[in-house]
Amino acid sequence: MKKQKLVVVGNGMAGIRAVEELLKLAPDLYDITVFGAEPHPNYNRILLSPVLAGEMTIKDIILNPLGWYADNGVRLHVGKTVTKIDRTARKVIADDGTEEEYDRLLLATGSMPFILPIPGRDLPGVISYRDIKDTDEMIATAATHKHAVVIGGGLLGLEAANGLKLRGMDVTVVHLMPWLMERQLDKSAADMLKTSLEARGLKFLLEKQTEALIRGESGRVCALRFKDGLEIPADLVVMAAGIRPNTALAESAKIYCNRGIVVNDTMQTYDPRIYAVGECVAHRGIAYGLVAPLFEQAKVCANHLANFGIARYSGSVLSTKLKVTGIDLFSAGNFMGGEGTDEIVLNDPSGGVYKKLVVKNDTLVGAVLYGDTADGAWYFQLVKDAQNIHEIRDHLMFGQNHVGDVGHAGKTHAAAMPDDAQVCGCNGVCKGDIVKAIKSQGLFTLEDVRKHTKASSSCGSCTGLVEQILASTVGGAYTPSESKNKPMCGCTDHSHGVVRQTIREQHLLTIPELMRYMEWKTPSGCASCRPALNYYLISTWPGEAKDDPQSRFINERAHANIQTDGTYSVVPRMWGGLTTPAELRTIAEVAEKYEVPTVKMTGGARIDLLGIKKEDLPKVWADLGAAGMVSGHAYGKSIRTVKTCVGAEHCRFGTQRSMAMGVKLERMLFGMWSPHKVKLAVSGCPRNCAEAGIKDIGVIGVDSGYELYVAGNGGIKTEVAQFLCKVKSDEEVMEYSGAFLQLYREEGFYLERTCHYVARVGLDHVKAAVVDDPVKRKELHERLLFALQDYEDPWQAAVEKPAVRREYQIIKLEEATAGVAS
Amino acid sequence: MSGWIRVCALDEIAPQGSRVVASSQGDIAIFRTADDSVFGLHDKCPHKGGPLSQGIVHGDTVTCPLHGFKIGLKDGEAVAPDKGCTRRFEVKAEDGTVWLQLN
Repeated sequence: MKKQKLVVVGNGMAGIRAVEELLKLAPDLYDITVFGAEPHPNYNRILLSPVLAGEMTIKDIILNPLGWYADNGVRLHVGKTVTKIDRTARKVIADDGTEEEYDRLLLATGSMPFILPIPGRDLPGVISYRDIKDTDEMIATAATHKHAVVIGGGLLGLEAANGLKLRGMDVTVVHLMPWLMERQLDKSAADMLKTSLEARGLKFLLEKQTEALIRGESGRVCALRFKDGLEIPADLVVMAAGIRPNTALAESAKIYCNRGIVVNDTMQTYDPRIYAVGECVAHRGIAYGLVAPLFEQAKVCANHLANFGIARYSGSVLSTKLKVTGIDLFSAGNFMGGEGTDEIVLNDPSGGVYKKLVVKNDTLVGAVLYGDTADGAWYFQLVKDAQNIHEIRDHLMFGQNHVGDVGHAGKTHAAAMPDDAQVCGCNGVCKGDIVKAIKSQGLFTLEDVRKHTKASSSCGSCTGLVEQILASTVGGAYTPSESKNKPMCGCTDHSHGVVRQTIREQHLLTIPELMRYMEWKTPSGCASCRPALNYYLISTWPGEAKDDPQSRFINERAHANIQTDGTYSVVPRMWGGLTTPAELRTIAEVAEKYEVPTVKMTGGARIDLLGIKKEDLPKVWADLGAAGMVSGHAYGKSIRTVKTCVGAEHCRFGTQRSMAMGVKLERMLFGMWSPHKVKLAVSGCPRNCAEAGIKDIGVIGVDSGYELYVAGNGGIKTEVAQFLCKVKSDEEVMEYSGAFLQLYREEGFYLERTCHYVARVGLDHVKAAVVDDPVKRKELHERLLFALQDYEDPWQAAVEKPAVRREYQIIKLEEATAGVAS
Repeated sequence: MSGWIRVCALDEIAPQGSRVVASSQGDIAIFRTADDSVFGLHDKCPHKGGPLSQGIVHGDTVTCPLHGFKIGLKDGEAVAPDKGCTRRFEVKAEDGTVWLQLN
């Protein structure tokens, strides 16, 4: 079939992003031609400020070098402005006479700087701040002239002023409004910003209306006069008083425009063959000037150009970050408040910190942060997700503290970190590496940064820090990933929640069936989605869905823990941490017989045999099994251990028999797979020697019964378990614990620990099912017992079944027989 | 170049699974994909030497069990943006038997 022709007018960030998204979806659908008025390939316009400030060069900010166009078969006309669209003949005509026919046309003409209609606006030395040409002119002028005036105290104006100041000019910012960045900041934050910019040598004239620009003897602008008669010297005037959607071309072709090219939720204009994205567009009456919404639009548009027809753009919540090095400023959503809203404010002028959160009907609707923006990404996420904040309202102001405890020397503020400070302790990535990758590779999302630098891709404790670095490097272009509807992985657009729900509603039982039904994009998923799907299937349909060993991580396939040298570790189960001389003797004999190099106690108080060769595993298990020992599951997303203290059996302080309780719990939960690992502890008295306060379930004996705590965590980010309820008997401990774990098993997302699960759904939700509703609690507990009823010791299976045993055998090659075959 | 050496029956490798072959040229991981194609790679990840045979096979790629490097089964190349390459071996499946050629 002959390819259709797609013509893109506009070689900027929105247009090219749409082309990139389209190539991902339907690489062969179109012959693509791109027109760009500027003589450059697509570059990262939002990084012009660092270029002006001398922190980067033009070369650093090119997003798609010319080779990219060639590699992807995209024809590029640079330096040609399209001046006419002939909608009848379906072609566009450029200023140099170039014509291109189209089947579909994408307008991405961007915006024009607003030039004040004042005398002198055409004088040499009067420019806007929009593209590489303007930036070059500013840099050149800074080397030869002294006085710069920036008209406009918004984001762009302040970044221009800062850059010119750094290049040695004497800079005055003129602003019509009573405070700076009034569209992004309230007055308190703006005043603090002004003070700190003044300390850097910038001058401000607020509530000043410019009347005229005055021509000097050289013919160049020399001064600026205000309505009140004041005159100030100006060798360079930068107009940064806002932008207007560039709709001239669309209007000339009689395409409906109203403060932008009007598009529907599929980014289609009133001409069905013509789409539009970017700053030239008016969507639901709004023209966006920041890059994050443009990328969302590009994605939606590409989906429709590719004939997929399922994406919708429904507008964006905006966030802003000023890209002036050393100044931390963040705002998002409706930060001004108003009727029906509450404001939570922290104001410490001497400390240089100001935070305002705007709350409406128990949701966060906006935030302004100055001085400490560490939690900006989190607040933005809460705004976008419209998450109910009722439970966390009292400590909302103090942030999420989502930066983990470990691996980055306790640093929590990205902006203050030097380039050589280590951010990711797992993969040894420094701040400078991350910033460099973001800039040179044109990265915009956390996922991209993880892929390219590996930062925060292992344990994830530094995720918050990486997000901050990303936000402060790309400014307003940063969009935190949506936590609610985030796709599981690159193989699908569906979120964990949607997949779980679909498996239940459609009674899906196998991975291939699910991938067909949910239109997976890859033939057999990836190492990230397959284990999740396998877990969702077997946990939703126990007894019906069949476990797929090939979709399990090696540890769960081999029932042992892979080590850095490819050997395995084996941890026999010791119920409640109790053992016998006979068991210890068996372990000792196994360790000697198989020359186990390391024997150590685990954190869960079990014995770990480290450094066993894979082919020896079945033999080790056979020996341990003969002594009655079974798999300890120290390798799985499963029940790990129930740690116990000595308890009333021996301890003089003990109030409850914690060892017996722990053994009963561990036996009940044997063979339980879960979204992530699950650890329990039972202490016999409030002294809590079993450290139940940092376990997924912590049971603490008191004289009148037991206190139950849930969702603790002692790992990456230490989380103290939350009090669930108090119960009287051992039976109740079993039922409540079982019900809580079953709820987590049914609702938790894969690799979500109980602390994250409970943070997501809320403790009230858990209490409603497990504590307040006895019927539901019993049903949950019974479903857990049903799922676990026939669980066999996996070691026994590996020893007895030849097909399973094969997994552990190495094939010895008979190289002497070489040459025999066909 | 030497000829083809018999490895095992195709059925002795699980679909989307692998087996390890000990050879004079080191351990070789033999992979079987969902569509019954077979591939052979040196059983060492170019990143930190992880045993690729123990990874999850998806499409014609395997993910190393140690740190998640993705290695193409056809060419042994790491999937971008990761960099690195592991040695590949000629492998074929004929009439239910898997054959290997040493380099």
